[in-house]
Amino acid sequence: MIYAYFLVAIAVIAVAQRLPDIRVKRALFLLLGAALLCAPLFDRNDATFNVLADAGIFVLLALGLNIVVGFAGLLDLGYAAFFAIGAYTYAMMASPLFNLHLPFWLLLFLAAAFAAVFGIILGAPTLRLRGDYLAIVTLGFGEIVPQIFQNLTKYTGGPNGIGALDFPSFFGRSFGQNTIPYYYVVLALIALALFFAYNVRDSRLGRAWMAIREDELAARHMGINTTAVKLAAFALGASFSGLAGVVFAAKLSLVSPDLFQFQVSVLIVSMLVLGGMGNIPGVIVGALVLVLVNNVVLPQANTIAASAGLHVDFGNYHFFIYGAILVGIMLFRPEGLLPSRQRQEELHHAAA
Amino acid sequence: MLRLERITKRFGELVAVNDLSLNVAAGSICAVIGPNGAGKSTVFNMVSGVYRPGAGEIFFEDARIDAWPSHRIAAAGIARTFQNIRLFSFMAAIDNVLAGEDAHLHARLWDSLLHTPRQRREEKAARERARDLLRFVGLEGVAQTYARNLPYGSQRRLEIARALASRPKLLLLDEPAAGMNPREKGELADLVAAIRERGITVMLIEHDMGLVMRVSDEITVLDYGERIASGKPAEIRNDPRVVAAYLGTAVA
Repeated sequence: MIYAYFLVAIAVIAVAQRLPDIRVKRALFLLLGAALLCAPLFDRNDATFNVLADAGIFVLLALGLNIVVGFAGLLDLGYAAFFAIGAYTYAMMASPLFNLHLPFWLLLFLAAAFAAVFGIILGAPTLRLRGDYLAIVTLGFGEIVPQIFQNLTKYTGGPNGIGALDFPSFFGRSFGQNTIPYYYVVLALIALALFFAYNVRDSRLGRAWMAIREDELAARHMGINTTAVKLAAFALGASFSGLAGVVFAAKLSLVSPDLFQFQVSVLIVSMLVLGGMGNIPGVIVGALVLVLVNNVVLPQANTIAASAGLHVDFGNYHFFIYGAILVGIMLFRPEGLLPSRQRQEELHHAAA
Repeated sequence: MLRLERITKRFGELVAVNDLSLNVAAGSICAVIGPNGAGKSTVFNMVSGVYRPGAGEIFFEDARIDAWPSHRIAAAGIARTFQNIRLFSFMAAIDNVLAGEDAHLHARLWDSLLHTPRQRREEKAARERARDLLRFVGLEGVAQTYARNLPYGSQRRLEIARALASRPKLLLLDEPAAGMNPREKGELADLVAAIRERGITVMLIEHDMGLVMRVSDEITVLDYGERIASGKPAEIRNDPRVVAAYLGTAVA
């Protein structure tokens, strides 16, 4: 059953991408959104919406990273750091740790703002860097942030992290252990993220990002303030990640440094590469495919293997599987599953 | 309008530009010519903020600009094109021009995120101006084509349109006729004249003497980073030092 959700969503997005008429396209997306909204009324399987909410968190992360990497062309390998900052914001301010119990909804905003500020702080030293060098420095930041959370034991609970986080509540009603409310929060945040991402792409800022991605020197000579524009990309990208972090922490009711290791950053970058960097529907599909593999296919494979008397944990092979998927994509469809027209032509020309 | 005062630029042992002073009068078309490696592009790169001069000062409308970042120089009213075309290859022609308008747009981050009425109005007006500019350079039919897919001559003209979009008072054209056929060169000469008609001062690096002689009011000749001559086209044509620099013969 869970497959149906993923496959239908992927299929609808893929079909919509190919339609020339923007109105039909929009209608299809709205229809998909409405179906997802109504789904819990008909499907009482909590586990399904648990997986879908997790998938949504990754969609949010992919949309955020897509702004930095896809739109502005700044390869960020430490994106999980902002996810961690969002999650720890919630954990520190809505838990018994400091006996602070700020409301979830306020913390969503606060965490987005914090993450944006850290996006600027971490982005500022990298402004002169490009390509490989930028990737290495951001990778460093991605390592530093969980390390800090791990070692500031007094404030963050150290390697054990922070547990017993508050359940969010909505007009006085606690989410409790239900997954459905998280599912709805995630859907709402994705809708918000999509609204922002599309708007910003079709605006002065989105154009400036494209320009610096194409030719930074020329962009500067056309009067584009590359410093401000890059920092805006880091800040906006990070803020999406901050939102995702809050929901993630609240849903799990736990944060610990090992949840935000380098592999999370790699996973999100892989989603962009797989789906089609720079293309919003593409990165959503990339996120859905990898979450499907990671959270559904691999555990099922384990069960099947176990029933056949084999003792393998396919979870241990997930990097091997991503690797294989990425190599396959690079060989057969380097522009990703659902590329933007731009990227398709770029790679087509590069090959020609 | 633009005043270079005794500027020098060294790259290691090489003195690319040596103690050069130069004045560009408002409303004129001023050409800088000279053999390859004479330092012409280095001059442009200093004026537009790619390099800082090692010594000397650059003034634009009485503001000293030699330490300004490029985007500030552009916003102040100096636009340029590049010797080896540097368009945003995988952006539509019109988006290239719109990117050139950036310094004159006021939309803030929130306007971009929310598409506020103010942002919509501004964007609409910007698009209108961009279309006008494409029409001005004769590219109205290819607004949605990627810059990369335009023929060479059109790319050169698109680069000029993009530069004009930043509403320059001074336009620097770095070898605009390179790679053009005679017909395209003729059209380019008309375009340069029309740009001046708009009240924009033009500074031009060019190897095509026919074009230079036809459009320029004032010509400066560089050789080994130094000015060896300057004057009206007719004077330059007959200057023995210029002939010597180009043909490599000793001056009598």
